[in-house]
Amino acid sequence: MHDHPSHNETRALRLGVAGPVGTGKSSVIAAICRQLRDEFALGVITNDIYTDEDARFLKSAGVLPAERIRAVETGSCPHTAIRDDVTMNLIAVEDMERDFAPLDIVLVESGGDNLTATFSPALVDAQIFVLDVAGGGDVARKGGPGISGADLLVINKIDLGEHVDVDVDRMVADATSARKGGPVLALSRKRPETVEQLCAWVREMHKTYAAGGHIPVDPGPMAPHHHGEGDGHTHSHGHSHGHSHSHGYTHSHD
Amino acid sequence: MGQVDLGRQAALLLLADGRLPAGGYAHSGGLEPAVIAGRVRNMADLEAFLTGRAQTAGLVAAAFAAAACARASRDDLAALPELEAEFDARIPSPELRKVSRDLGRQLQRAMGSIHPHRYFSALGRAPHQPLVMGVAASVLGLGPQDAALAILHDNNAGAAAAAKLMRVDPFEVHAILARATGPLDDLARRAAETADADPADLPAPSAPLADIAAEHHRRADARLFAS
Ligand SMILES: Nc1nc2c(ncn2[C@@H]2O[C@H](COP(=O)(O)OP(=O)(O)OP(=O)(O)O)[C@@H](O)[C@H]2O)c(=O)[nH]1
Ligand SMILES: [Mg+2]
Repeated sequence: MHDHPSHNETRALRLGVAGPVGTGKSSVIAAICRQLRDEFALGVITNDIYTDEDARFLKSAGVLPAERIRAVETGSCPHTAIRDDVTMNLIAVEDMERDFAPLDIVLVESGGDNLTATFSPALVDAQIFVLDVAGGGDVARKGGPGISGADLLVINKIDLGEHVDVDVDRMVADATSARKGGPVLALSRKRPETVEQLCAWVREMHKTYAAGGHIPVDPGPMAPHHHGEGDGHTHSHGHSHGHSHSHGYTHSHD
Repeated sequence: MGQVDLGRQAALLLLADGRLPAGGYAHSGGLEPAVIAGRVRNMADLEAFLTGRAQTAGLVAAAFAAAACARASRDDLAALPELEAEFDARIPSPELRKVSRDLGRQLQRAMGSIHPHRYFSALGRAPHQPLVMGVAASVLGLGPQDAALAILHDNNAGAAAAAKLMRVDPFEVHAILARATGPLDDLARRAAETADADPADLPAPSAPLADIAAEHHRRADARLFAS
């Protein structure tokens, strides 16, 4: 039988990072690597559409040894590579886990795409969707599977809010309601405390995963429209497991 | 031979479907470098390119898929390493050998999950794509000619990449593919005729420019397709 390890010694937490072009996916991964590389054994897979720019950026930033950053060439279909046909990425992740066993976390950066591109649960255990304020304050409200269903929504570059006429608090509130209370993190590399919050989320996710308590949640296809009934209930993921990483991240629990 | 009879025609369609999740979408089968170099500029060029490719790399791949299928169908996996070596010998470009092994590994990984069978791991770490196709065909209860047709179709259908590389009417691209169906059937038949031949005697037509172009493509700074 071909081996595809499910949950054993060599199986890392597979964490996807998706989002539109230029919102800061590579930067998020670089920050996680920089902050957590002494705590966790890490590996990174980038998905490159046209060049190997992303892998090069991460290698030159020196956040991990170069051999732990590998590029998958997805052709012109970045969404296919993380959703309909994950085979290339799956092989890259499995190779990485085998070559550097035991790894704790493998980060997978998707090629920048549109709002509907999310990772298949066959590829990652959890995913971060990255928006930025420069894309406009109303993007979060528009929803879509990544925004509403990712395990964490990051709104990046909040340092730029005032320059692009975006009310960051408003955008975070819109996102939180589009996610029915799911965690939203306002991030800027210029605000170390937000980077620390990002790392705290990753730590928590790894802890939950390692304890076997995390079940991949599929953001799924295009979400139905929200009509803002504002009933304030928490997001049901369709399973009753402990899901300690989720819910009310913006309400500063733990 | 397969332990589950999925039905022959339907199994062939499954195997040849471009949506089979085995990563084929990242490749243009040499079309992108040919377009960039100006060798394929219009529909007539495209048709000639595809015809030439089918008769060279296509026939070789088809013959090896058929041969691998025939051997798997009589449980003779010991013959596969020799087929691997003979196939290697027919691809001068290291880049194209790597592409074939990458695609083979992906097909192996996908089929190993879709329709598990011990043959898939018996193929080793990174088998050539036509050999995996041959084994997959056998496991699905198909014969050498089916295996040959599946790989010919897979190679040819990559022509849809033209829609992303050239100013084309996608209907015209598919018109070319429609005209190619008869010739592909003929090539599959020819490939099946040598399915039981000594691996060294399998067909070996080549197209050196395709090998050179693949090497150039690997060194390109930016590209839409991996090959
Ligand atoms: N001002 C500001 N700029 C940022 C921040 N994070 C990232 N950037 C910049 O945003 C640009 C894009 O960042 P990347 O991390 O490359 O974005 P990406 O999503 O990986 O981009 P693609 O992979 O091309 O889709 C770069 O110029 C970064 O320097 C931030 O917190 N504040
Ligand atoms: Mg990037």
